[in-house]
Amino acid sequence: MERLSFEYPSSQTVLHRAHVGVVGSGDLEVLLEPSPDHLSRVTVCTSADGYSMTWKAVLDRFFLQYQGAVLLAINDFGATPGVVALRLREAVETGTP
Amino acid sequence: MTKHALVSTRDNTPLGQSFIELRARERVHALLDPGSRHELLSPYDRVISPWLLQQGIVAQFDDGVAVFRGKVAGHRAVVIATEGAFLGGSIGEVSGTKIACALELACKDTQAGVPTAAVLILDTGGVRLQEANLGLAVISEIHSAIVALRRHVPVIGIVAGMVGCFGGMALSAALCSSLIMTRQGRLGMNGAEVIEQEAGIDELDSADRELIWSIQGGEQRYSTNLVDALVRDDVSEIKRTVAIALEQGLPTEYRSDQVTNYLRLLRAVDTSEYLNAGYTPVSCVEYGAKNGQ
Amino acid sequence: MDNKSNHSRAKTWLRALVNDSCEIVAPLKSVLVCDAVLFDEHVRYLAVIPNPENRFPRARNGEVGLDEAWTLAEAVREVVADDERQTKRAIIAVVDVNGQAYGRREESLGLFLACASAVAAYATARLSGHPVVSLIVGHAVSGGFLAHGYQANRILAIEAPEVLVHAMGKSAIARVTRRDHDELDKYSGEIIPMSGDIKVYAKLGTLHTLITGVCGDSPSMADVQRVRHELKFAIAHARAGSVDLSNRLESPEALENRKASLEVRRRLTNQWNSLPD
Repeated sequence: MERLSFEYPSSQTVLHRAHVGVVGSGDLEVLLEPSPDHLSRVTVCTSADGYSMTWKAVLDRFFLQYQGAVLLAINDFGATPGVVALRLREAVETGTP
Repeated sequence: MTKHALVSTRDNTPLGQSFIELRARERVHALLDPGSRHELLSPYDRVISPWLLQQGIVAQFDDGVAVFRGKVAGHRAVVIATEGAFLGGSIGEVSGTKIACALELACKDTQAGVPTAAVLILDTGGVRLQEANLGLAVISEIHSAIVALRRHVPVIGIVAGMVGCFGGMALSAALCSSLIMTRQGRLGMNGAEVIEQEAGIDELDSADRELIWSIQGGEQRYSTNLVDALVRDDVSEIKRTVAIALEQGLPTEYRSDQVTNYLRLLRAVDTSEYLNAGYTPVSCVEYGAKNGQ
Repeated sequence: MDNKSNHSRAKTWLRALVNDSCEIVAPLKSVLVCDAVLFDEHVRYLAVIPNPENRFPRARNGEVGLDEAWTLAEAVREVVADDERQTKRAIIAVVDVNGQAYGRREESLGLFLACASAVAAYATARLSGHPVVSLIVGHAVSGGFLAHGYQANRILAIEAPEVLVHAMGKSAIARVTRRDHDELDKYSGEIIPMSGDIKVYAKLGTLHTLITGVCGDSPSMADVQRVRHELKFAIAHARAGSVDLSNRLESPEALENRKASLEVRRRLTNQWNSLPD
């Protein structure tokens, strides 16, 4: 099990929060909340060790397109990059204020 | 009213949305009246297990249980669902305490004059073995809370699958005032794997799915009178059945209190036969509003 | 846990505690019931013991099987019915059980319901005002303990070899968690709830008393008298307290090692009370 953190400068204020996914085999849960400033912070707790570069790649790509300043807390149980990207998209698209 | 009033298996309308495919939280949403859903200790509260991370296991923010208070078919109720995808829906210190505490609060409110029923959506393997003795201890607390609450208001159990309901939580299911199952659901003390491990493959072949369902599946449980309703995997049907169960109120006698009856049935069982399908349904749980309608 | 065919600490201790002062009735060969006097009050002792000739082959080593569970329920309910209009007698569960019975017949015939009936009987007795006290003298495992002992107001245990509380047998845990025995030993050493040892279990705060310095297999008269006193104290304590299980979270051990339980309860209750309607 590994814990990773990432930060991304983000310009847009976000007003909603969201929770998607489950910590099931091949899946992950994502908790999204507004960041208090213009920095997005991502913390990942993952069952699969040694994939920090893969996480970075997925998150880099995500934050290239997404401008919201968010706090993302991720609990991952071996999801593929595709599933991670899917859940991230889901998290920004669902959401309650 | 007899238990048959709860059944809707003769419903021939096309199947709608699957209940089984829904996640725990979605199952709860499906049952609660809109505008009345309040989650307690939601994932945003991040009350996670204190025991998993040190064992290298990733925790879930709600520890695998969703607890809501709201209204179900107009009745004030606490609706609780275990997340089968997270560690098999197993019960640990946090998830089990969420359940026990919510049931105790429902009882407290009920005794203070605000009746609050309970609906338990159970998809769980029982004790979370990574928390072993705490899982077992909190399950005993859940049992205590169900017995206390069911004196006053319905406590409705739903076992839909696909994990099913096993171990100490199968006892919780049996303590409910009414139990609803789908055919896909299984309800038993021990899972097939464990029985094979403890008693050998001749006792039970855990690879034989047909055999397993013929022993623990919803159909068998319903036909041997161990559950009150057998429903299709359909959200509307399950909602309707829960509403009926709430309307019916408390049984005149709980199945788990029918001791004389079951001892008599058990004494008549021929234990030389393996392929015992179960009891012949000579008794059933009768429902009626508490003060004799 | 396996080579126990006739040996049962529950039988040994039950006999020792009542010391021929009353009749031990066996409504089933594997369920012992004894109405006795403990100092100045009437109590009912209950025990589940092995029966190598059990008609259910999977319940021959002291497991709680179908017959045992329903019979326990009957014996407990009898006390409640008999005492309805008088002093609520204490019910003492003497515990040395090997979990629940693992078998096909047990599953077909609804062992889960049978065990639930025992749970309901004990819990109802407690809620009706009967002190329910458990005395763990050997194994207290899984469904067997849930059905016979875990609904007690107060749980006592003797500190002796082979006194343990656990959620499942070791091999079963290893297989289901996909760990080997060495890993499991490592975890149970570091993680309190994973250890079956009664001294470690005591750290969870669920025990009212851990009685040290008594012999598990062959208690002396002094040992037995000590335990009788502890039972008496536990009964008095139970009578003075509430009928629920809240005392389990009030011990110093619980405050130390069940912080998450307490946090959940505190926060959930606050949120519940803050909700509209």
